Amino acid sequence: MARKLPAKDVVIIGLGWTGSILGYELAKAGLDVVAIERGPWRDTATDFPPAYAQDELRYGIRLDLFLRPDQETLTFRNKANETALPIRNFVSFLPGNGVGGAGIHWNGQTWRFLPTDFRLRSHLEERYGKSMLPADMTIQDWPLSYDEIEPYYDRFEKLCGTSGKAGNIRGTKQPGGNPFEGWRSSEYPTPPLKQGYGATLFAEAARKLGHSPFPQPASNLSEAYVNPLGIKLGQCTYCGFCERFGCGNYSKSSPQTCVLPALLRFPNFTAQTESEVVKINLDGTGKRATGVTYVDTSGEEWEQPANIVLVCAFALFNVRMLLLSGIGKPYDPQTGQGVVGRNYAYQTTSSVSLILKDKVLNPFIATGAHGMMIDDYNGDNFDHGGLGFVGGGYMGAGQTNARPILTHPVPAGTPKWGAQWKKAVAETYQRAFSLATHGNSYSYRDCWLDLDPTYKDRLGRPLMRMTFDFHDNELKMSAFLTDRLAEIARALDPAELTASPRKGPYTVTDYQTTHNTGGTVMGADPATSVLNRYCQSWDVHNVFVPGGASVFPQNHGYNPTDTVGALAYWTADAIRDRYLKNPGPLV
Amino acid sequence: MTDALFQARISRRALLSSTAVGLLASTTAARALTVNQGLPWSPGTARPPVPVRPGPWMFFTADEASLVEAAVDRLIPRDDRGPGGKDAGCAVFIDRQLAGPYGRSDGLYMRPPFMPGAATQGYQMPDTPAARYRAGLKALAEHIKGAFGGRSFAQLSPQDQDKVLAGLESGSIALAGVDGAQFFGLLLQNTQEGFFADPIYGGNRDMAGWKLIGFPGTRYDYRDWVERHNQPYPLPPVGIMGRSDWGMK
Repeated sequence: MARKLPAKDVVIIGLGWTGSILGYELAKAGLDVVAIERGPWRDTATDFPPAYAQDELRYGIRLDLFLRPDQETLTFRNKANETALPIRNFVSFLPGNGVGGAGIHWNGQTWRFLPTDFRLRSHLEERYGKSMLPADMTIQDWPLSYDEIEPYYDRFEKLCGTSGKAGNIRGTKQPGGNPFEGWRSSEYPTPPLKQGYGATLFAEAARKLGHSPFPQPASNLSEAYVNPLGIKLGQCTYCGFCERFGCGNYSKSSPQTCVLPALLRFPNFTAQTESEVVKINLDGTGKRATGVTYVDTSGEEWEQPANIVLVCAFALFNVRMLLLSGIGKPYDPQTGQGVVGRNYAYQTTSSVSLILKDKVLNPFIATGAHGMMIDDYNGDNFDHGGLGFVGGGYMGAGQTNARPILTHPVPAGTPKWGAQWKKAVAETYQRAFSLATHGNSYSYRDCWLDLDPTYKDRLGRPLMRMTFDFHDNELKMSAFLTDRLAEIARALDPAELTASPRKGPYTVTDYQTTHNTGGTVMGADPATSVLNRYCQSWDVHNVFVPGGASVFPQNHGYNPTDTVGALAYWTADAIRDRYLKNPGPLV
Repeated sequence: MTDALFQARISRRALLSSTAVGLLASTTAARALTVNQGLPWSPGTARPPVPVRPGPWMFFTADEASLVEAAVDRLIPRDDRGPGGKDAGCAVFIDRQLAGPYGRSDGLYMRPPFMPGAATQGYQMPDTPAARYRAGLKALAEHIKGAFGGRSFAQLSPQDQDKVLAGLESGSIALAGVDGAQFFGLLLQNTQEGFFADPIYGGNRDMAGWKLIGFPGTRYDYRDWVERHNQPYPLPPVGIMGRSDWGMK
């Protein structure tokens, strides 16, 4: 029997990017807020100091900062007629854990979606006709427009201090920036990072072939910066330990470096760590949440009553929280009815690896988000007529590190061990680097999330089950993008080039990205969405999922964090300016 | 606002009856923490890595260690570029890893039922890395004993050692009760981890792996070299504990 705690205005499940942004905005508005986080408290000086943060084995291989599968994992299968088995060790995607969440270990790549991405189905049907889209593709328009979200992108980028070069300021093209991006209300908060040799060579080659390379928008800061919350970030040192690592240098934007020092100054905000929310509690009508129940490390259960419940866990676990709490109708792929778990999507990545002749690339001088990119083949930036697929992605030279356990390339055909391997590793490391494409993953009727019938977590709750595979549209897209990238790469006259377009089936055994999207989709129609345009549950009006990537109706050809952060601010404004005045459905 | 006004106040809730504390506290590393009115900080809460010290084997028996040391020295042989896997400490690295959380599969999802699955679903067996080494090394030693007239792996010529390893890799050597190719894959992966991980974990001794390829280790600040394109980075590698020559002048 759970013991009951004093009521709060707001309870937040999970203290990562969205939880800390919502916590700050609502505590600032005077509400009494508690955030319940199942992982540990984490702070730069204690948990990832430069004295030992750059430890590939501990953080990059043994995954010290990540969620442990024995706390929570998923089961996985490619197709509905297979038996899902547990992901016993995370590899393909790596959910975060603890205060800061995925905001600690991300690379800092800070992309906006395209204006046409927000009305994807309408746009594609208008331009190409309905027959262009496969019958089982369940993409849909977002319930808000690019023009509506733009100010919130701007706010999140200013929170982060993102480094980059604008390509479009209020409709005026800017030389050196991304000519395809949606309009921006202002220049990036800090100038672009410096570029290494590999990215510079790529940009020269791309420019010669008529493309428009630009520096990747990076929340690894090119210079010191004070954000609007008054918190100062330091200049990035290009150490090459971003993804999978905490930044010991206060240079990578994260809840720790951008929000928490200011948030923890509010006396009306409390964080409760090492405490896992078991479920969201509903009243007798099932239309209003009364709070949450959580369990601490001793196994003791606590009930935290609250007027507003914010679901701010990692995307996948937002979906599971709603399924376990009975909020929204679970999706059934047989009938196409139901919404929770529907439109799970991912990311379709590929690579072109190069070994150059007689070059010294110093590939270890890197950040998580530097590099030179082109956006010519993203979204609908190019004519898809006759190509047989829709969508695309950005591509370019953005190698994030050359940490040697995972990065010791050798020429094709080299033995995997022994004298020849050793010689090849020594002769190749300085000359090799990889280019990548970062493509969309549109949603399909047979890709979804539900509760597993067999496997349970440590608390006896069913694990979530993922049913997912790549579809022809995405595989064709990846082949096309990888060909375009290889064309540019060939201009560098490499000694060796290996193009690796994404192939099916999807496997959980190769790292691809941690961009898991959908399952609690936001939309204009309750029949095809879990949340309305303010990220508010259609069914339980005081439950919000404020912008985790689980709200994406499909995934586009960009990294998700900028959109996640923007939607967090969007939802915070809606709660503060609309919901508090008149608690009830906002749509 | 002064820091004094916003001193961190951390209260570890007295959540439990004394009985429950007695039963559970020793098995629980972390405890629920309530944080408000300032960032928490308290001394002694960082978790720096614990350096591996030379000394007796912690996981391997003497026979197992002799086999592993000989094997890692063929997977990464000594040549004019530098030491092989044995002198680089790869076997020590593997030994200490197997004696620790990695060897026990700590943190992995180890609940039944265990069922064979598709390759896309990942490793589904219940055995830990420690158990896989124990069984794999035993089966390998027995195979060699039978195939090479009672000799051990370490007693074979380098050419024969390579033949055994290649046979494991390709699956042409069948081990009793053990998937030889899978075991070879694990041994190779751990050997390379040991060769390239920070020396603090017992491998990559004298930063042999990093020197081989030109990785500067944990230097953390390359601002002055980002735009010096096509010029080799001039400084030697450094590890979490520094460099051995720092203390030898």
